[in-house]
Amino acid sequence: MKPVRVIEGRAVPLGRSDVDTDQIIPSEWLKRVERSGFGRGLFSEWRDDTTFVLNQPQYAGATILLAGARFGTGSSREHAVWALMDYGFRAVIAPSFGDIFRNNSSKQGFVTVQLGGDDVEELNQFVKNDPSRLMVVDVERLCVEVPEVGWQRSFTLDPMTQERLLQGWDDIELSLRRVEGIANYEATHATPSLEGVFDDLGHARYA
Amino acid sequence: MVAGKTLYEKIWDDHVVASPQGEPTLLYIDLHLIHEVTSPQAFEGLRLNTRGVRRPDLTLATADHNVPTDPLSTPILDPISRRQLDALDENCKEFGITVFPRGHENQGIVHVIGPELGVTQPGMTIVCGDSHTSTHGAFGALAFGIGTSEVEHVLATQTVPQQKAKTMSVTVDGPTPPDVSAKDIVLAIVGKLGTGGGSGYVIEYRGAAIRALSMEGRMTLCNMSIEAGARAGLVAVDETTIDYLRGRPGVARDDEFDVAAKSWRALVSDDDAVFDAEITLNGADLVPYVTWGTNPAQVVALDGVVPSPADTDDADEKNSIERALSYMDLAPGTPLRSIPVDVVFIGSCTNSRIEDLRAAAHVVRDHRVRPGVRALVVPGSHRVKKQAELEGLDQVFLAAGFEWREPGCSMCLGMNPDQLAPGQRCASTSNRNFEGRQGRGGRTHLVSPVVAAATAIMGRLASPEEVGR
Repeated sequence: MKPVRVIEGRAVPLGRSDVDTDQIIPSEWLKRVERSGFGRGLFSEWRDDTTFVLNQPQYAGATILLAGARFGTGSSREHAVWALMDYGFRAVIAPSFGDIFRNNSSKQGFVTVQLGGDDVEELNQFVKNDPSRLMVVDVERLCVEVPEVGWQRSFTLDPMTQERLLQGWDDIELSLRRVEGIANYEATHATPSLEGVFDDLGHARYA
Repeated sequence: MVAGKTLYEKIWDDHVVASPQGEPTLLYIDLHLIHEVTSPQAFEGLRLNTRGVRRPDLTLATADHNVPTDPLSTPILDPISRRQLDALDENCKEFGITVFPRGHENQGIVHVIGPELGVTQPGMTIVCGDSHTSTHGAFGALAFGIGTSEVEHVLATQTVPQQKAKTMSVTVDGPTPPDVSAKDIVLAIVGKLGTGGGSGYVIEYRGAAIRALSMEGRMTLCNMSIEAGARAGLVAVDETTIDYLRGRPGVARDDEFDVAAKSWRALVSDDDAVFDAEITLNGADLVPYVTWGTNPAQVVALDGVVPSPADTDDADEKNSIERALSYMDLAPGTPLRSIPVDVVFIGSCTNSRIEDLRAAAHVVRDHRVRPGVRALVVPGSHRVKKQAELEGLDQVFLAAGFEWREPGCSMCLGMNPDQLAPGQRCASTSNRNFEGRQGRGGRTHLVSPVVAAATAIMGRLASPEEVGR
């Protein structure tokens, strides 16, 4: 993945809590075998509504999403992250997240920033008052800023997630450096293999 | 003195490959289940990086999310679905992975077939690119859903980097009233915890009411752990677990099984183990539940009424109730039992096992589905379907006017042609009542199999005693 250091851009206030991954990308979009092209499906059930915030011209081109509590709960579909990124978002700021969604985001270089509900509400007000206002998500210094009004809050990321974002490290590459440890684990643990269970056609050998 | 270990900690400790300072632990994965929807991009990633599958013999694939549930002789008309199913077959062939395609005798919903084939076993770490992987925790296995990047990671390394979760004990003291099913227990728990209450935790379900559940019931319970935000749920091993597994294709035979069973019996939390959080529910207080809103924590008693935004002072909660009422087209104060439905769906990885179908068939027998209601039963697997047909359950459902379909995820998530039309209202034994989950504009009420069956007959949300059961 590409390294992420600082994201500077405009933000859009989603203004809803409990936005699950089915809302972010409905299941009809999950039939694709590619990783790209999901942006058109982002929040697709809401985008027919002309008043929906993503349809408002003043928010076009925003790269930071301001969301409510429990953003990204539900299904494990990483397509939700692909859709947000394909649409042009690079970070989401919310009071809390679904665990799997947050994990998936970190694998793609999509930044999830957890701030208190009051802080997110303040950010919502800033952009509602002036949608052109620039916001900064700094992964290196772990802070969110609205420079124009001198607003700043810090956030936390576990050190490894931060480092992986900053360096753009590939998880698999990192784990494969421990391949000897993996082989050693396998040599000392008897994990039941499926080889003896099914024949070449997938029929169970017993029962 | 050092405190004892929770079951979670025991399984965790047994699977640590490396725990470098300041980094997530690298955890070994004993069983990787895959399906057509969240795997194609992972296989593509392997090819792009010229990587292989480290342990195809610990990897098992089935088609489930996308498959039509029409008769097997019917071709798959949707070219995108067909392409995804073909991709699963081709990827498994290329990398030497056992796959159960549509129509195979072992095909079915991934969380139904793992346990019924006995490849889900106590003490294992199990992952799948599906959030309901928590189901397998019913066997005292640490099982959780992962995203596609992690699917690729597990294919390549048979490990996954993990931060250790906190532990939560959810105790349900028994016994529960006879009309309360595992689904009602878990709806009560999700209602109490909220959709985020379990976030960051692994839940262990304990207490007499849990011990009294069958394996099917425990799977229903663990399945919906994710609806409370917990990635995994666990139930300690006991004789119910071992009796369920004995004789299944994936487990050892004879004396070897007894040796395995002996080690499985140690997969319980120690008496002096300390949990990071503990909650207790009194089993006797539980009743049949139904969701009224658009997340699984928006749950009330079937005897209750639709809540009002005025019930809360919290602005966020008020807003959430208002949105849900509007989407669900419900008015505050409406008795749940007065709400008519258009569709009844009995199926999904939550409630499509043989015990679920038996319970529903018992309610349905000698009754007729209310005219105007579409009712469908989608068995969780071909093995479940075959067993149900041996017992004549298919005939009970068909005689009542239900559709008896081929196995798959079906209307739980509406990826195949089984979908709600906009505005249709459904009583569903599945796990999510999110907006549009069962089809764009569709409205979902989550219920147990017996409530679903009674609802089909009455044409409105109803309990079995209303049809004399």
